[in-house]
Amino acid sequence: MKKNWWKILSIVLLTYAVLGGLLLEVPRLNIVNETIRALYFHVPMWFAMVPMFAISMVYAILYLRKLSHHSDIYSVEFANMGLVLGILGIITGMIWANYTWGTPWHGDPKQNGAAISLLVYSAYFVLRGSVQNDEQRARLSAVYNIFAFVAMVPLIFIIPRMTSSMHPGSGGNPGFNMYDLDSKMRMVFYPAVVGWNLLSVWIATVRIRLRIASEKLADQNL
Amino acid sequence: MNSTLLTLLRKEFQIEIRNGSALAGLALYLVSTIFICYLVFWINSNQLTPLTWSALYWIILMFTLISTAAKSFIGEKKGIFIYYYSIASPHAIILAKIIYNSFLAIALSLMGLLLFTLFLGNPIYDLDVFALIVLLASFGFAASLSLLSAIASKADHGAVLMAVLSFPVIISILFIAIRATKNCIDGLGFSACQDEIITLAAINCLIAAVSYLLFPYIWRS
Repeated sequence: MKKNWWKILSIVLLTYAVLGGLLLEVPRLNIVNETIRALYFHVPMWFAMVPMFAISMVYAILYLRKLSHHSDIYSVEFANMGLVLGILGIITGMIWANYTWGTPWHGDPKQNGAAISLLVYSAYFVLRGSVQNDEQRARLSAVYNIFAFVAMVPLIFIIPRMTSSMHPGSGGNPGFNMYDLDSKMRMVFYPAVVGWNLLSVWIATVRIRLRIASEKLADQNL
Repeated sequence: MNSTLLTLLRKEFQIEIRNGSALAGLALYLVSTIFICYLVFWINSNQLTPLTWSALYWIILMFTLISTAAKSFIGEKKGIFIYYYSIASPHAIILAKIIYNSFLAIALSLMGLLLFTLFLGNPIYDLDVFALIVLLASFGFAASLSLLSAIASKADHGAVLMAVLSFPVIISILFIAIRATKNCIDGLGFSACQDEIITLAAINCLIAAVSYLLFPYIWRS
């Protein structure tokens, strides 16, 4: 991951996604109309948030196995990034919902699920804040991270599928079926997903390096 | 392993029976909250719709069970942990806590159901299906709250943290239980709740397995 090609790729893909998302032709549907372009910005947030939380959980498992301080930093920073993406996803969704459903918050099962999973990770940071000992904090938060991810799975993958929702693909269907996404829109949507994922990893790695460096500096000053 | 588990379980029950004050306190907590609801709705008894009933039941149950499970690790003295550590494996300890907490949770939730029936009436049509759901949900609460109590006991302000940590985790169990309760109120029979029951059982297995696997890492410190 030290190479630069994926950073350049993420810039290229996101530039394409922003330009293409705003300029390329989209199908006209009732009510949705031009707001369908929000799909390029709203959905990739969730498609990037879940991988970030998953990576964070993997590093939490690694921490518990090896007890290396660096895994803890990785785990925290990826959780941080996932939280930011989740908040952005909720905000973009609320803007979109305001135009298509009439109100920003509709009590839709997916909205509630997303809000609760953000609560889970906020609780993760509260837990980190309330333990003084470094090693203890890393260990407890790693355990909670794994536990929270497992508890989040039914919340965002199972329950929304059991209930009726205004999001597409609810009530037993797979989340994103091939019938409601126009093939032209895929040309922008998939690059946007990949681009956002790469950008999030990039931001997280920069923050991780910053954190490790500042800890080294603090050690030298002691 | 099995004998330590049994010994630990027996010890939990003995302690509980010997100082009945903790259990009595929880029972009183349950009685007084339900009595407050009774006083509020007694003024105008036809205001209590079945859905309000179900909301009250699950809210009261959730908070009672959080305070029940919270005391499983938070209340104990530091010295006792070191003693446990030297005599038993962490797996035996968490299993004992989960089993004991589920007994307690099931007892409290059935008692809650009885008190609700007594004071506020009972709009549930399929009582047997509802009882099954209450059993499953109580076990799920016990399994997740035991581990969270262990986490909270290691941090500062354990009791406050307990509520913050547990709410998002148990909400999925609660959500499914509330949906199933609605079906029981409408009297749709077992087949209508089948999906919910299977999902609830699956979540329970998942949470119990994760608690069992993760507990040794908390215990070690």
